[in-house]
Amino acid sequence: MKKVLYFGRLTDVTGIMEERLELPARIETAGALRQWLDARFGSTGALLDPTVRVAIDSEITFDSAPIAEAEEIAFMPPVGGG
Amino acid sequence: MLVVSSDPIHTSQALRAFETRAPNAGGIVSFSGQVRGQSDLGQVRMLHLQAYSPMTENGITKAIETANARWALEAVQVNHRIGDIAPGETIVFVATASKHRRAAFEAADFLMDYLKTEAVFWKKETIDTGTHWIEPRAEDYTDASRWIKRDQG
Repeated sequence: MKKVLYFGRLTDVTGIMEERLELPARIETAGALRQWLDARFGSTGALLDPTVRVAIDSEITFDSAPIAEAEEIAFMPPVGGG
Repeated sequence: MLVVSSDPIHTSQALRAFETRAPNAGGIVSFSGQVRGQSDLGQVRMLHLQAYSPMTENGITKAIETANARWALEAVQVNHRIGDIAPGETIVFVATASKHRRAAFEAADFLMDYLKTEAVFWKKETIDTGTHWIEPRAEDYTDASRWIKRDQG
């Protein structure tokens, strides 16, 4: 089971902030997970937007990053506070 | 010192507490940002701030360390609200103290640019007609890039 988090505008698409998922074995990278989740949430393309970064266990990483050992995967639209 | 919390920020109390932490400083700069009552799209009812702990806190702590390495500071304080914040309430409070004013001004400016464009927060504005997410403006990124240019000489 992996914990998947959705932030910012993505929560409007997913309707949830986080979920625990059993992923198919063929989903080996962060990029493959992005594609799989996008299809799951109606193929809006929101998760595929290049401005949405992915973090594995609180470290920003690339779509090519393997997720086999990951516990928590977060999808992060552009950030900004203040 | 850093506080990320859904508790209200009382700026005068925060500033007074900060002053006592920097008795040797000749200059103290403080900045507070509050929720606008009116946005480009309408009357603001609420601003909602999401954070991703501990990534949010770790990033701001690193920015404070960068400020401390770059300017001779006696003390630094960053308070940032999360959760629902009403118009007129304070979202962010930054204070810097140094022997002479220039370092305090610049460090506070640098920290605010970091908070606007790099700090791990997401903002949702509720106005009369609905809700929308606010992402940094082009000007925010330009402001933040001033510090990179200077780093590269």
